[in-house]
Amino acid sequence: MQPLPDWGNGVAPNVITAKNLRKSFGTFTAVDGISFAVQKAECFGLLGPNGAGKTSTIRMLYGYSPSSGGELHLFDQRITDDWRTVKNRIGVCQQEDNLDPDLSVRDNLLTYARYFNLAAADARATTGRLLKFFALDNRAATNIRELSGGMKRRLVLARSLINNPDLLILDEPTTGLDPQSRHQVWERLEELKTGGLTILLTTHYMEEAARLCDRLVIMNQGRILVEGRPHELIRQYVGREVIEIAPTDAALITCLQSRGLHFETFGQRLVIHNQADTGLFAALTEIFDGRRCTLRPATLEDVFLHLTGRELRE
Amino acid sequence: MRNLSISARWVRVWQRNFSVYRHTWKISFLPPLLEPLFYLAAFGIGLSSLVKGFSYRGQEIAYLPFIAPALLAITIMYNAFFETSYASFVRMYYQKTFDAMLATPLTLEEVITGEIAWAATKAVIAALLMQSVISLCGLVHYPEGLLLLPLAALGGLAFAAIGMVFTSLVPNIETFNLPIFLFITPMFLFSGTFFPLQNLPTWAQWLAQVFPLTHLTMLVRACALGRLDLTLMWSLFYLVAFFLVAYPLAIRGMRKRLIK
Ligand SMILES: Nc1ncnc2c1ncn2[C@@H]1O[C@H](COP(=O)(O)OP(=O)(O)O)[C@@H](O)[C@H]1O
Ligand SMILES: [Mg+2]
Repeated sequence: MQPLPDWGNGVAPNVITAKNLRKSFGTFTAVDGISFAVQKAECFGLLGPNGAGKTSTIRMLYGYSPSSGGELHLFDQRITDDWRTVKNRIGVCQQEDNLDPDLSVRDNLLTYARYFNLAAADARATTGRLLKFFALDNRAATNIRELSGGMKRRLVLARSLINNPDLLILDEPTTGLDPQSRHQVWERLEELKTGGLTILLTTHYMEEAARLCDRLVIMNQGRILVEGRPHELIRQYVGREVIEIAPTDAALITCLQSRGLHFETFGQRLVIHNQADTGLFAALTEIFDGRRCTLRPATLEDVFLHLTGRELRE
Repeated sequence: MRNLSISARWVRVWQRNFSVYRHTWKISFLPPLLEPLFYLAAFGIGLSSLVKGFSYRGQEIAYLPFIAPALLAITIMYNAFFETSYASFVRMYYQKTFDAMLATPLTLEEVITGEIAWAATKAVIAALLMQSVISLCGLVHYPEGLLLLPLAALGGLAFAAIGMVFTSLVPNIETFNLPIFLFITPMFLFSGTFFPLQNLPTWAQWLAQVFPLTHLTMLVRACALGRLDLTLMWSLFYLVAFFLVAYPLAIRGMRKRLIK
């Protein structure tokens, strides 16, 4: 069943309200009636495996593709009504790298600013400020082709902020980045969040979602499976801690079954969620080789894999 | 949702292409300056002695003044068509420039209009450069030659629009070989460019009337020779109509291709 969306507490106005939103490509339904609301100054996450419908959803949000059904309100107006004003207030960081390779770093920003009809003086000022904020100011004259992956992403982010948006939409902002670059992006996003910017982000990095998102939904095959705050979802679906045992064997499985324990196996790996019995880990390390057993805090990744399964999706 | 959603904002797309062009102008300026010199040398020195003067629209004409304006018309066609075919395709498909633009308040109509207007501008710049060269050779009659500028703009728009129609249709960049082989090359050869149309069999003369290059060549030649007459109105009308049909087709095609 589709969980009911959290329509907010009635105080903060919604920046995005999607009701039963749908997107089909021919006979294929990519987004199958999803509902959610994003409040002002909130960071909201759309999580899901590849093909879950994340990109299709946000493309409707920023007016790139028309929806096949449902209702969509941005800033409390239907996007169909006055889409140009609405789009003026949104910054978008698309999934594919689409910086302009014919232009330098600075010209990428200045050219983009013109698409928003920004006055030249404003554009120059904002460009200077953003280049500094994203530590690109000493690269202003560089050609895009000479930038590292991390710099490119930061420039895409800078570009999406050129119009000083009220809503920032990010489609997998850190996919393909090395850990250093990823942390750098996260720090910038956290700063923006602190400044009160509303952010909608898609990701399949659970660490990213747990760190940045106030609330999130987990999507699979075009539907929303769950919605909530990261730590609440972890408590609710996985518990506080998780025991992981690898490799598994028949004796282990028989032992766990005899104790009436709920567990999930994934290939050579076995995971026990929600264990309330704090003595269990000690008992297991007694019976089985201690090096096979790990006790660790539950993460959003456990929730994600629990809900969407572990098979590979392509 | 976005019916008739076109505003002056398309200039922003034009500006983007112009700023890229400004960085590479030294290279972009060379072909239109050198090409006519190559052609004029080859035809003027090499071929002219073989070709006697002949009658064109009732008046005697030498070979060089006959083909020089045709080269100008061909330059307009090539510059406009190649910009909205190969160059726009690269921006759309490989560089995802249109995707980035469509995440801003720009509309699809504005993006495509900006691209077409830019291609026409490129054709005008190339035509101006070439015109200055052949003018120095005494092959352009003035003041009629001043009409070549708006003519280059019109021809540029027509060929840019049809180029964009193909861009909306081709599955990959190699497929442009098809319209070039079936449309551009026959036009290049059989539009009254290198020999008068009346040398062709009657059916082919009629067929050539379909080619926009036939009409552009006729108009450019009349201006360059300073021999304007009212029958040219038909060619002018044809080019305008060609653009007015191809432009909405290009927008429709691109909408179908890009907006999913
Ligand atoms: N233009 C399209 N035409 C047909 N199918 C599409 C198109 N775009 C996306 N899809 C399909 O819709 C599903 C969801 O895609 P997408 O929204 O990109 O997923 P995600 O961003 O979550 O990885 C996928 O199965 C994808 O193949
Ligand atoms: Mg995606």
